[in-house]
Amino acid sequence: MLTYIIRRLLISIPALLLIAFVIFMLLELAPGDPMASMPLTIPAEVKQQMREALGLGEPWWVRFPLWLKQFFIVEPAYWIDSAFGTDLAGGQQRIISFQSRSPVFDTIAERMPQTLWVVGMSYVVGVAIALPVGIISAYRQYSVFDQAGTFVSMIGFSVPPFFSGVLLIVIFSVSLGWLPSIYDTTHSVTDWDSFVFQLRQMVMPVMVLALQTTAQISRYMRAAMLDNLGQDYVRTARAKGMSERIVVLKHVLRNSMIPVITVIALGIPSIFGGAIITEQIFKVNGLGQLLIIALQGNDIPMVMTLTFLFAVLIVMFNLIADVLYGVFDPRIRYD
Amino acid sequence: MPDGAQAVLDVRGLQTVFKVRGGEVHAVNDVSFDLKAGELLGVVGESGSGKSVTMMSLLGLLPSPPADIRQGRVTFEGKDLLQVDPATLRDVRGGRIGFVFQDPMTSLNPVFTVGYQIMEPLRSHMNLSKSAARDRAQELLELVGIPSARARLDDYPHQFSGGMRQRVMIAIALACDPKVLIADEPTTALDVTIQAQIIELMKDLRDKLGMAVIWITHDLGVIAGIADRVMVMYGGQVVEQAPVKELFGNPKHPYTQALLTTIPKLSEERARRLTVIEGQPPILGEAPSACSFRDRCPRAIPICARRNPPRFEFGDRHDAACFVAAEVSDAG
Repeated sequence: MLTYIIRRLLISIPALLLIAFVIFMLLELAPGDPMASMPLTIPAEVKQQMREALGLGEPWWVRFPLWLKQFFIVEPAYWIDSAFGTDLAGGQQRIISFQSRSPVFDTIAERMPQTLWVVGMSYVVGVAIALPVGIISAYRQYSVFDQAGTFVSMIGFSVPPFFSGVLLIVIFSVSLGWLPSIYDTTHSVTDWDSFVFQLRQMVMPVMVLALQTTAQISRYMRAAMLDNLGQDYVRTARAKGMSERIVVLKHVLRNSMIPVITVIALGIPSIFGGAIITEQIFKVNGLGQLLIIALQGNDIPMVMTLTFLFAVLIVMFNLIADVLYGVFDPRIRYD
Repeated sequence: MPDGAQAVLDVRGLQTVFKVRGGEVHAVNDVSFDLKAGELLGVVGESGSGKSVTMMSLLGLLPSPPADIRQGRVTFEGKDLLQVDPATLRDVRGGRIGFVFQDPMTSLNPVFTVGYQIMEPLRSHMNLSKSAARDRAQELLELVGIPSARARLDDYPHQFSGGMRQRVMIAIALACDPKVLIADEPTTALDVTIQAQIIELMKDLRDKLGMAVIWITHDLGVIAGIADRVMVMYGGQVVEQAPVKELFGNPKHPYTQALLTTIPKLSEERARRLTVIEGQPPILGEAPSACSFRDRCPRAIPICARRNPPRFEFGDRHDAACFVAAEVSDAG
């Protein structure tokens, strides 16, 4: 298993370098100018000087290796410096956002907590609802519960968050006035009351996103359970005199979880990607919102770094999913 | 063998129906039989003759819906298994009646160790501690002839061959010293040498443990070798039953006679083709009102199309459901 993991990690290095190159070249070839939003009164030659000051005067074969160096060497060095008080970075240039002129990683660190709270919590809630729903739907196939679950899943799949989010705001903020429609990022949890406030402002974005997660995962769970409920070993378990509870929640569930765990693990990187639309609607300034603003402002270093981070997470969680598969299914051996 | 012994299992008038789209399939029709202590009862018949469904009905192992047990009484240890509460039924399953299924490749749970799967009934039916259950599981694996049993308890089913898995299945069925073992085509999915080993094993175990066995098969050769008594099923009904020698020597029902001629013999000249019974076994949309074999029967007479033959007695523990054999005239 360990050799397998090491081999996979080694293979992922060239894969990630290739991904970085593709992202870089896409941004390079895409139209757009970071100076486009500057006032028209600035003379063209001054704009050109400003471009060169951002490093855009250099050709791609200079800028791409520079970005790689900044991402893989300089930024970790700064991180180690701030954590252990060393001086590895030695004042080298960090990756700087075109828009805010501050280091990209500092901005990401500021935005991360909101995204993890809202999007991460919605994933946890979504999975926690989806698993029992999937199990019961499969066990009582075609029952009223199963039909209702199928219907809600269909809604979760087909209603986009820009509709369901606004609908929730209209109902719960505008009509009933129960919940705030804007997520207050500056709010800090210090006591019970502020914790309740935090919960209240999280409810709607979490629910909008959890509906989508639940719709997806519960379908997987149901399908996996149905696959296994008809297997011969289930009949064996019943013939051994096991109770229905043990038959379903132990024998069948253990087998059904194998594919579902993979799906859940593969979905985790999307949490860090933020929920671009939902974050916009509820004014959560998380990573998704950051990416949108950066795209609109032609903030190439920010877009490049965020996109590449997502790629790293996806590669990593693919590996984790494969390893989990081997852990949960004794038939799979990687040696 | 044990003539006149007490019946451990007594089935009367069992009727099982499957609800399917646009109607019903009557899989088991008025099946009655009994099983004496220590007896090995062979059940033969074509695929779809209702052998497995009958046995699974006894223990409520058929998924319902679609299966529906309409009528019948299954007396075991003074209780009607079709009426008892779920907890009692669970105690009977795996505890008092063991079940071995046809396909050992899929009948074991792939994600649990073999040891765990054997220990499961031990712990729930006999309330053994973990270590006691483990010792007993080892004993059982040794009993069914698996070498280095202790070490193999921690192996998963995929690490066993087909024959070894069937031995594990037998070990699970025997775990709680059942009074009755129901083996549903236990050797069909295995190759011939392994088949012979499993049959020998079952004979040994039956003699050693003294339990009654119901052996479902469509292999008459196997039955001739091990059974005390044979029950022939056709179209969801028992068409003939007799002690094994009587059945092979003096078959009464035309279907049994036809079945016996289909056994290929080594001594015969090579040029002879395999004998077949022409036609298809019936799928019954309703309870039979006529002999279900009449369309394939070479000796059918008009009454066969009008009434479903009851089981006529032919001497000691031999009966057959056939008007022709019973020489019932058309007047009836």
